[in-house]
Amino acid sequence: MKQSKLELFVGGFVLLGIAAVIYLTIKLGAGSIVGGDTYVIEARFTNAGGLNAGSSVLVAGVPVGRVEEIRVDEKDYSAIATLRVDSGLRLPTDSMASIKTTGLIGDKFVALAPGADDTWLESGARITMTESAVDLESLIGKMAFGSVETEDSPVETPPNL
Amino acid sequence: MVRATGKYTLGLVQELGDFALFTARSFADVPKSRRLGRRVVRAFFEQGVRCLPVVMIVGMFTGLVLGLQGYYVLNKFGSEGLLGTLVSLSLVREMGPVLAALMLVGQAGSALAAEIGIQRNSEQIAALEMMGVSSHGYLVAPRLIAALIVFPMQAAIFVSVGLWGGSLSGSLLLGLEPGIYWSAVERAVQSNDVIECFVKATTFGLLTTGLCAYYGFNAHRSPSATGARAVSAATTHAVVLSSIMVLAADYVITSFLVRT
Amino acid sequence: MSAPHDGLLLEVEGLRKRFGENVVLDGTSLRVKRGSLVTVLGRSGSGKSVFLKCLGGVVRPDEGTIRFDGREQRPEDRAARADFRSRCSFLFQGNALFDSLTALENVALPLEQTTDLKDREIRERSLEALKQLELEKHQDRYPGQLSGGMQKRLALARAIVTRPELVLFDEPTAGLDPLRRNAVFAMIATYQRQFHFTALVVTHDVPEALAASDHVALLDNGKMCFEGTPQDFAASENSVVRGFRDSASVLGTMLAEIRRGEAPSTDES
Repeated sequence: MKQSKLELFVGGFVLLGIAAVIYLTIKLGAGSIVGGDTYVIEARFTNAGGLNAGSSVLVAGVPVGRVEEIRVDEKDYSAIATLRVDSGLRLPTDSMASIKTTGLIGDKFVALAPGADDTWLESGARITMTESAVDLESLIGKMAFGSVETEDSPVETPPNL
Repeated sequence: MVRATGKYTLGLVQELGDFALFTARSFADVPKSRRLGRRVVRAFFEQGVRCLPVVMIVGMFTGLVLGLQGYYVLNKFGSEGLLGTLVSLSLVREMGPVLAALMLVGQAGSALAAEIGIQRNSEQIAALEMMGVSSHGYLVAPRLIAALIVFPMQAAIFVSVGLWGGSLSGSLLLGLEPGIYWSAVERAVQSNDVIECFVKATTFGLLTTGLCAYYGFNAHRSPSATGARAVSAATTHAVVLSSIMVLAADYVITSFLVRT
Repeated sequence: MSAPHDGLLLEVEGLRKRFGENVVLDGTSLRVKRGSLVTVLGRSGSGKSVFLKCLGGVVRPDEGTIRFDGREQRPEDRAARADFRSRCSFLFQGNALFDSLTALENVALPLEQTTDLKDREIRERSLEALKQLELEKHQDRYPGQLSGGMQKRLALARAIVTRPELVLFDEPTAGLDPLRRNAVFAMIATYQRQFHFTALVVTHDVPEALAASDHVALLDNGKMCFEGTPQDFAASENSVVRGFRDSASVLGTMLAEIRRGEAPSTDES
């Protein structure tokens, strides 16, 4: 094969390869908010089970950021999640953060419910009004053993769980 | 029995050392090799352009099957919305790098082992050495350099096509909303996963290309066969061992890079 | 670098090589004068090829010294090795052409890889070498598309393109008919004079070698059992030389014995 034709094919392949690599790293790897300015806020949960670094942060169902890291507070053993949020979106100080699930066994995400204050959350500020993750295992247990439907009887822990 | 085990182990260690030396020497001889770029371009053609169709076809079908199987399983739990998560993480973390590497071993690796084996057989390698040309630098180095770049590219292409295949079977055939699929994909894949994908692909590229070149290069050392039989034995050996090494290395890397 | 050592380009002393139990070279010595055409004769399996490969550095000898242009070649002396390789070419029995490269690329390869010449100069010199061997029309063909004789010429073009001082020929006439054998030896003798290189040919074709060479050596059981001019060889009473030189008459005697109904004596000496 002639060198020039060879180079043409190789060039085409390399462009395709680079496009695929960029697609993977930029579009998927770093999420859709890469490139734009962001700021971080913290949220304290009593239970952050199922939430991961990288989980989505949603406002009214719209992705506005990601969970950057989750750590345990050394004093009161609560979970502190650092959220990286699009800086185009200012959140009132009395906003509420709750951990929710897509579908029954789906991904956990943080839903932010904006409050009504006139002051805005600064970078590094902490949200105190939070709602922790629903303990799914016990919920599934209840469903599996049918104790959810018997509404008048008190919720019991299934004996052999 | 014990002695046989010891002998086998020593033989294996020796061969591993020999292989490491072979790869190291190939890179060390890069400065000695002139006009390397042209041969790297040719290696790009062999590993990249030639293997592109098979990588894309296999990627497409892998995505289609993942979409189909995943949909039926997730449907039982009412979690079709997770299809994108399932397909994308399977592809990015495991299927992309592993299957792309296996396809490249089958197409480019076998060709490489056979080509170098025949060059050994017809004294072309001896001729290079006689001319004062490093056969490592001339024959092996460009392939290794190309593999370091081509394997991640092929893995990325495999993943991209596979994701598209997954959306095709999920949305077109089974009626899942494409938006749900793609948003799940974007949510699920993290930079760690993409890094894992590329680390794997690069490792597989170095490992399999090195092994295939190594066995072709040493075709004349085959204890049981000579001539054309030795080349065919070397090629078989190279392909089988490369495939095993891809999966073994995959396990090792996954266990090292695994996250919560 | 002009011949200070009595005009000797290559001196080999006491070369020994064994493969396992099989002793192939057992103290082989040879002296090659600059500008001469030296032939090493020997039966198949007498160690001719191994001898040549030891000289070329493809096979490492167990013992013995090789001196090229007065400089001793030791495996650890890389500079000497590199110097030798840049001034010596090797013609393999099977030509060892690169079958994935065209004729022109084959000839250009040693220049591309071992010299600092520009692309244009390499092309000119390669074309010149092809032209000298009447292959310029086939420059874009692959070795597989050329006839056996053309392949041999192409291999020679690749060997001389670096303008070597010494060319080693490993059985250049193996498997050729007598006419082609003549042609190959004529080619070697012609170009050897034209390009002023020293040629060392290993072969078992006695008449052609005697006609073309300046100096003949006979290798048997790992030792040089005869060295001298072709005239000396023709007149020698050495039994190995006679067996080799007079193979046709030996065959005649054997056949006569068979026809007389006697068991032929297959003793080779």
